[in-house]
Amino acid sequence: MDIQLTINDISLKVPEGMSILDAARTINIDIPTLCYLKLNEMHYNNNIASCRVCVVEIEGRRNLASSCSTPVSSGMVVRTDSLRAIQARRAMVELLLSDHPKSCLTCAKNQDCDLQSLASELGVRHISYEGEESEFEIDKSSSSIVRDPNKCIRCRRCETMCNEVQTVGVYSAVGRGFETVVKTAFDLPLSQTACTFCGQCIAVCPTGALTELDQVDKVWKALNDPDQFVVVQTAPAVRVALGEGFGLEPGTIVTGKMVAALRRLGFDRVFDTDFAADLTIMEEATELVHRIQHGGRLPLLTSCCPAWVKFFEHQFPDLLDIPSTCKSPHEMLGVLIKSYYARTLGIDPKSITVVSVMPCVAKKYEAARPELAQGAETADVDIVITTRELIRMIREASIHFDHLKEQEFDHPLGESTGASVIFGATGGVLEAALRTAYEVLTGETLEKVEFEVLRGMEGLKEAVIPISGRDYRAAVIHGLGNARTVLEKIRAGESNYDVIEIMACPGGCIGGGGQPYHHGNLEILSERAQGLYREDRAKPLRKSHENPAIIGLYKDYLGEPYGERAHKLLHTSYVARKKI
Amino acid sequence: MCDSASPNQFAQKLDSYIDSLTHKKENLIGVLHYAQEIYGYLPDNVQWHIAQRLDIPSATVYGVVSFYSFFTMIPRGEHVVNVCTGTACFVRGAEKLKEELENQLKIKAGETTPDNLFTLETLRCVGACGLAPVMIVDGEVHGRMHEAQDINEVLAKYRPES
Repeated sequence: MDIQLTINDISLKVPEGMSILDAARTINIDIPTLCYLKLNEMHYNNNIASCRVCVVEIEGRRNLASSCSTPVSSGMVVRTDSLRAIQARRAMVELLLSDHPKSCLTCAKNQDCDLQSLASELGVRHISYEGEESEFEIDKSSSSIVRDPNKCIRCRRCETMCNEVQTVGVYSAVGRGFETVVKTAFDLPLSQTACTFCGQCIAVCPTGALTELDQVDKVWKALNDPDQFVVVQTAPAVRVALGEGFGLEPGTIVTGKMVAALRRLGFDRVFDTDFAADLTIMEEATELVHRIQHGGRLPLLTSCCPAWVKFFEHQFPDLLDIPSTCKSPHEMLGVLIKSYYARTLGIDPKSITVVSVMPCVAKKYEAARPELAQGAETADVDIVITTRELIRMIREASIHFDHLKEQEFDHPLGESTGASVIFGATGGVLEAALRTAYEVLTGETLEKVEFEVLRGMEGLKEAVIPISGRDYRAAVIHGLGNARTVLEKIRAGESNYDVIEIMACPGGCIGGGGQPYHHGNLEILSERAQGLYREDRAKPLRKSHENPAIIGLYKDYLGEPYGERAHKLLHTSYVARKKI
Repeated sequence: MCDSASPNQFAQKLDSYIDSLTHKKENLIGVLHYAQEIYGYLPDNVQWHIAQRLDIPSATVYGVVSFYSFFTMIPRGEHVVNVCTGTACFVRGAEKLKEELENQLKIKAGETTPDNLFTLETLRCVGACGLAPVMIVDGEVHGRMHEAQDINEVLAKYRPES
């Protein structure tokens, strides 16, 4: 049933149960808020009315009401722009600022901070309130996420993301009154918790309380070290988001400009993680066939996503034998750069620095995993920076990104097919795998390479694909909460899938925790996905096993897919971890 | 507070209590009450154990424990002395009573004596306003606690005979 009400003299009808704030948005009246955030595609709803910024005046009510938590009612007369409402809103922001570090100029969130923008929009010129300020220790214990509780405004968006969407449950509001702050269990450093470092908490944090561990200076240092040969690789999802940092529309494909910018920054080689994505398909598809032929355990779960890997290590330590043993693509490329490519160049692997540019903060943690190294001194990947950090580097170097002439990746580890490009969107890995599996198993050409059923923002997508007289039951999952549901079914023996792609971040890597901030607009994620599918369509080769550089690599160096050398270099193992 | 049972027996007792519950997750607060009764306080490992048994994130358990003043994460003494700081007691000298107890026990409110005999805490109104100001030792109410001598006598009852 629709409800009739008036907001700022405009009469409107909205469905029953809608909040005043959402109703106002339907007529393009924006009521500012810092805590309220609803992301329907992810089933994310942070509606705790803690910031009090969205207060409005309702005729006949003595007190102002928080519009995010007050449902519309018939005949309601609302003013969002009365002097009283505006003054109260400004007072709320001033109160928040009274206990907030005034270090905006040096904050990682400078100019990307919702609190800062709101203070600016509301014309806060001085803070009328003085009082106690919190003094919490900054948590830099992990290699991925930095927590500065002093900048926390207790909106609890991170907690809702971690508990309800990802079901990891690392955060909780702790204490009461002024002392309340979002903390980990027993105030443990993040590195000692079950945090997967997916970084979705960073993606929704309105302030600088949660940010990635900044590695930009480490990259500059390597680039300026004359004894280091510095190689960079870029993940698929970076090329459709990087442009946003330079005023381009989300989803704009900037692959060529990105390569040019990386050369300008001084990297000795610019390679493409997409190459390793093609390689991952070769290894993973072979692993799947091997499991089916040798009665191995099914389903095979993809292992490209380090946050997902850490999730199952903590939450399902009894199921460590089902994920694929394939390293993630950038780790595969890292080890190849330091073995195969080092040999080609005749360089000592120790003097090579591999930098990965990723849409992800968990990749930072992943690169530091001891299993992903050849001996204690040679990590497969040395430094990981996010899309956001690369944007900062390009700005720091005063490069006019938009004016750069497009350039190509270096050969041979920069060659890739359309199959690898779509790794960046949910469903892409499985789609790429099916393109190869079909042709390898049937010996026939797959005419229609698009598997539309595996695309889109649905949390769980399923398909049954007949290949050579056998039905392959496949599923695509993104978001760790969705993964938990399916993993619990697998544990209970109630699932009959053969293969499942799982990505921790909603939308896949395009929605990664290291991407430019979406500020609640998930349209951006769809635009990025469309960008990847456009790039796929534009590629002359669209199946991983057709990549000539991949064929050459197996011939010259690796031998057989899933063979001995491939095992040594491209596969890994997992660790059972505690649930904290 | 429990007798001199071993930590293992505590854990068994807690586990069988949890086992007896039909709705586990929903009973977090009840389980925490029970655990505090057994252990005297709620150390990290007990909270973690409860989190696993109830299938609740340990951060959530920690958040709940930190929210309610009834729950404590610090071990309590053998006897818990509470000063009522409700309105009636406040008017009739609760602050003085608290200071006197702090003097006699040589600890601040919220602390435990080094011999682990007494923990001093404050609470709000126990409904014995007619006896204000009151102190409560292990649940027993002692009223009209104005004089240092009276306070000393009450405490003496809980000290072991020497």
